[in-house]
Amino acid sequence: MNAALSAGRLGAILAKEFVQMRRDRITFAMMLVVPIVQLLLFGFAINNDPKGLPAAILALGQDRYTRAVVSALEVSGYYRFERRPESAAEAESLMARGAISFLVTIPSDFGTRVERADAPRILVEADATDPAASSGAVASLQTVANRALLRAQGLQAATKEQDEGSLSFVVHRRYNPEGITQYNIVPGLLGVILQMTMVMMTAMALTREIERGTMENLLAMPATASEIMLGKVLPYLAVGCVQVAVVLSAAKLLFGVPFLGGLALLLGSVLIFVLALVLLGYTISTVARTQLQAMQLTFFFFLPSLLLSGFMFPFAGMPGWAQSLGELFPLTHFLRVIRAIMLKGAGLDDVGREVFYLAVFVPAYAGLALMRFRSTLD
Amino acid sequence: MNTSENALVNAIDVRGLTKRFGTRTVVDNVDLSVAPGEIVGFLGPNGSGKTTTIRLICGLLTPDAGEGTVLGLDVRTQSAAIKRQVGYMTQRFSFYEDLTIEENLTFVARLYGLKPRAAAVARTLEGLGLSSRKDQLAGTLSGGWKQRLALAACIMHEPRLLLLDEPTAGVDPKARREFWDEIHRLAGDGLTVLVSTHYMDEAERCHRIGYIAYGRMLATGTVDEVVSGSGLVTFVVHGSLKPAQIREIAAADGVEQVAPFGTTLHVVGTDREKLEAALAPLAQQPDIKVEPGETSLEDVFIKFMTGAQDRAA
Ligand SMILES: Nc1ncnc2c1ncn2[C@@H]1O[C@H](COP(=O)(O)OP(=O)(O)OP(=O)(O)O)[C@@H](O)[C@H]1O
Ligand SMILES: [Mg+2]
Repeated sequence: MNAALSAGRLGAILAKEFVQMRRDRITFAMMLVVPIVQLLLFGFAINNDPKGLPAAILALGQDRYTRAVVSALEVSGYYRFERRPESAAEAESLMARGAISFLVTIPSDFGTRVERADAPRILVEADATDPAASSGAVASLQTVANRALLRAQGLQAATKEQDEGSLSFVVHRRYNPEGITQYNIVPGLLGVILQMTMVMMTAMALTREIERGTMENLLAMPATASEIMLGKVLPYLAVGCVQVAVVLSAAKLLFGVPFLGGLALLLGSVLIFVLALVLLGYTISTVARTQLQAMQLTFFFFLPSLLLSGFMFPFAGMPGWAQSLGELFPLTHFLRVIRAIMLKGAGLDDVGREVFYLAVFVPAYAGLALMRFRSTLD
Repeated sequence: MNTSENALVNAIDVRGLTKRFGTRTVVDNVDLSVAPGEIVGFLGPNGSGKTTTIRLICGLLTPDAGEGTVLGLDVRTQSAAIKRQVGYMTQRFSFYEDLTIEENLTFVARLYGLKPRAAAVARTLEGLGLSSRKDQLAGTLSGGWKQRLALAACIMHEPRLLLLDEPTAGVDPKARREFWDEIHRLAGDGLTVLVSTHYMDEAERCHRIGYIAYGRMLATGTVDEVVSGSGLVTFVVHGSLKPAQIREIAAADGVEQVAPFGTTLHVVGTDREKLEAALAPLAQQPDIKVEPGETSLEDVFIKFMTGAQDRAA
């Protein structure tokens, strides 16, 4: 009888919540219409143009030309060449995980080809899941490298400009060769839409009971804190699943976004994310006293998470403090996971770490909510 | 604690109960004992702390001071167990207005794990006479019917203690009569009832009453005990009096309350001799008759209220 979780009582709350959800037609309609409206609005409207993306150089040769190009690129300031992978395989995995947006590979015969004026080439691989970011950056990369090379050869840029044997860049747009913006936006939108509706709805969970005066009665009856919490968030988990189905279908049918990774991993991660969101909303509702407050708190949370998660602007382009702050939002981790899975075909090996971070939010929010929950009216 | 011991223990036995909101002491050192099967009326002016005291008893508020037992369980530490055996009817209707009558009852039945559930719900609907309206949204019920639904819902799980916070506010006289008959029937079966009310006639239907003002329990006992304990003396003046005469009496030494009732005037005071002296000139007049009357509970409460106010000021 005294158990923290009884199926019977939990069932009671679940049934009651479903009935109330069904009866609140406006809210119910909003939950289905809002995702579609937002999807169309943001999906077509949002574009971005970032600077300072993380990049890596894979320099296979040790000659002076290679060194000149490398150091020129490093000091250029356009990019952050933070990593020097040892091998092609290491570089490849950095990109799949999303640790770098660019990989510049300087072949081992680069130096000899420069001396022989035998069409030296540099390979640039760009993570084109964010096409706006990659296209602008590639162009400036070319200018910097060219200038550095000419200086190393002791030549003036102007005289050697259109030469036969001059440096050429081979650019590979990885994951999204046609550079379609929607590929990047739409999976992100899934996260944003879910966050918006799930958090807002569950943030009202307790405040609605308080405002309608039903909380006093509920608390006077033998329902435990965890039963009330689960009873209130699980129905919205179900709504979230419907939303996921709607948005993913739209992504496929309307925008033709690729689904490279495994569906099970994708849905599993989404489920964890939605669970974290409904618990976050519930946590907000244990803090707020009124529905209005709950609403305000939700927006309070919503805006920064939108700006700092990498949805609006590339995460890597943000200053360090903003990145640290961004790590605190479930959306940040979800975006990395879903983009990696959908666009790069990443598996559990690649995104396991991020999925784990995402999962940490679930017990964290649940614990916080249970701690904050007041089973008295004090 | 075994059951035979439980039966001897008071259903409510709290001492020194105190609750503060901020710096305001809303319930101040309240002692209350209620024997099993007893119906205790809880009276007091608005804002005197009745609802707060009831919430303290059923564990919805944590006392700042005080201790005691409810149904033999510690009021401070065992509120989860207390909740399971207590039926609490809130002052404000607090069932779900967007659920139907039946859905509300089903919700309660499931939370308490009543079995068989459908039968329990059907029985309650039957008892309410609402079987035919079971699909009506609770929010669309009239005020009086909401009260009846709430009462029915909070006795569904057969609690041992019933805490009713102004259960008959806004209920018509016939329904009120039925309501009190039901309360007495339940008490006859051993249920203990603590009921707050503003109605004097309801107070008189209780075995005992407690009177609270400004958070302090000023009197407890049977109605007769409370009335005699007040030390008030009442005289009834028959005959038509001019307003000036009434003002004169009210201002006289020893007269504490003057209340016209139809063609009579109730004059109340503590000191019998002073009161008689004040009324002596009237008694001389031919068309006016002065005789000793019965002090009513209302007179007593008004005295309490004025007294408590003076102390609070
Ligand atoms: N949560 C609260 N926070 C602050 N003050 C409160 C709170 N609850 C009650 N009070 C105050 O405590 C006092 C007693 O309130 P309570 O509701 O117990 O009175 P009551 O005797 O039930 O009155 P009524 O007859 O009007 O129902 C009131 O002055 C009220 O304003
Ligand atoms: Mg009250």
